[in-house]
Amino acid sequence: MSEKKPSLFLRIYALFAYAYIYMPIVLLMIFSFNTQKLNIRWEGFTFHWYKELFQDQDVLLAVRNTLVIAIISTLAATIIGTLAALALQRYRFPGYTISESLLYIPVIIPEVVMGISLLAFFALIGVRLGLSTITLSHIAFNIPFVALVVRARLHGFDKSIEEAAMDLGANELTTFWRVTLPTILPGVMAGAMLAFTLSLDDYVITYFTAGPGSTTLPLRVFSMVRFAVTPEVNALSTLWVLTVFIILAIGQMLQHKNRNTTTKKERIK
Amino acid sequence: MATDSREKRRFNFSGLLIRLREDSKVQGLALISPTLVYLIIFMIIPMILVVVISVLKRGTYGDIEYQFSIENYKRLIDPLYLKILTYSMWVAGLTTLITILIGYPLAYYIARVNPRQRSLLLFLILVPFWTNFIIRIYAWIMILRTEGLLNNFLISLGVIDLPLDLLYTPLAVQIGMVYEFLPFMVLPLYTSLEKIENAQLEAAADLGARPWRAFLRVTFPLSVPGIVAGSILVFIPAMGMFVVPDLMGGAKTMLVGNLIRNQFLTARDWPFGAAASMLLLLLTLAVTLIYTRKAGFGEDLLV
Repeated sequence: MSEKKPSLFLRIYALFAYAYIYMPIVLLMIFSFNTQKLNIRWEGFTFHWYKELFQDQDVLLAVRNTLVIAIISTLAATIIGTLAALALQRYRFPGYTISESLLYIPVIIPEVVMGISLLAFFALIGVRLGLSTITLSHIAFNIPFVALVVRARLHGFDKSIEEAAMDLGANELTTFWRVTLPTILPGVMAGAMLAFTLSLDDYVITYFTAGPGSTTLPLRVFSMVRFAVTPEVNALSTLWVLTVFIILAIGQMLQHKNRNTTTKKERIK
Repeated sequence: MATDSREKRRFNFSGLLIRLREDSKVQGLALISPTLVYLIIFMIIPMILVVVISVLKRGTYGDIEYQFSIENYKRLIDPLYLKILTYSMWVAGLTTLITILIGYPLAYYIARVNPRQRSLLLFLILVPFWTNFIIRIYAWIMILRTEGLLNNFLISLGVIDLPLDLLYTPLAVQIGMVYEFLPFMVLPLYTSLEKIENAQLEAAADLGARPWRAFLRVTFPLSVPGIVAGSILVFIPAMGMFVVPDLMGGAKTMLVGNLIRNQFLTARDWPFGAAASMLLLLLTLAVTLIYTRKAGFGEDLLV
């Protein structure tokens, strides 16, 4: 955009806006160290609630479940979604428009509707609700997001490198494995990251497809916020925020390194 | 004769493989087929199921009676439920509007700072964006409740004597919704604002336009795709939201999402819940169509 520096008004506004966004989170984090159980007034500093957290079997189980579901659903959705993106971006076939519209549906449907439809579906075919139903549901809403991201990244793909590979004697499979896939890998990774985060964070669809024994982290946090409000929730939330922060920071630094190395190469030329 | 048919079968199989290698249509279909199969099973059929259930009756013990009836839809026209529906649209619409008002200047600022500051600022928006929303809502509960931080702060300052009743009100729900959806609006707005080329603004200045005029006639119209994309990302989930009213709203604040959830889990009236879902779905589809007809889908903003 414009090279002109933004006005003072805008700068002050942005400051207030960021303060508004972060103040609740910071307060939340501060009060995770409060000694008072009811967390109404600040009484003293303690790590007690963090210790409680690591001994809380329900929470640990929830973390494990959430990770397992996220990993499996991300793997499946990334594979299926990438294939779909390739299909839509490079081929024309009967049913193209229908397939494309199909992929848009989960993006514009309210999660409640998708949640209850899956609940009804599993009830109809008599499958008991549990971790597997959650995973199957997560794959369903993740496929379109992966496909969307990969498709967007496929836009600038130059087919001539594939043709060059085949001219040099590689068959389709080898070409795909050693030429196409490495080139689209950043896009695929971006799609996978999106799917992973969506699965990790999902509350609504998980809520409807979870069985009595299968709890995930968002579900657990919700019931803790609803029913058992001690600073332990604050501790859990603080750790969650810090984890997001660290992962995003790493991602940002990796992107930065990438950018720096490519510009260096261009300079050498 | 027997060897003849066996040879024919072998030929057809390798014929299929040949077609797979040569015919791009078959290749395309092969690539998309896992998606089609999966989504038909886990998305289309469940949706059709909801449509079917919505025209059935509720059994005495909360099961489903397989009798055709449009009773559920008739029930929805009851003013009680229509009020819930219009209230949901009101809350979702207000949330969209407020997030645009708060988010636009912020996105504008981020789009105009130098690239180094920009990635930091974007990073700072992404952290709450990726943080689980229940946590963020809980932070506001901590602030707004009767024994909460805000009340304690105001009382200690002597501004008020008795704590304000802030939580479990429509105001609290609105605050929670805006806070939750703000990043969803800022990011697409930023993307579309960032794409506006310097050259266009310079051209406007060269033609004698003062900064305000340049903004109204050049910048703002070009940022409309971002506004549209952000609005879709906010309005549609906001319509179906039930977590915020559940945690922060009282008995008076019931949105469509809560209604549907109650019918399916507490009241065990699946047919009625299904009918309400159909209504919600039709509304969101209508809104999406109206929006995208005016300014495209904006999926290029997702990259």
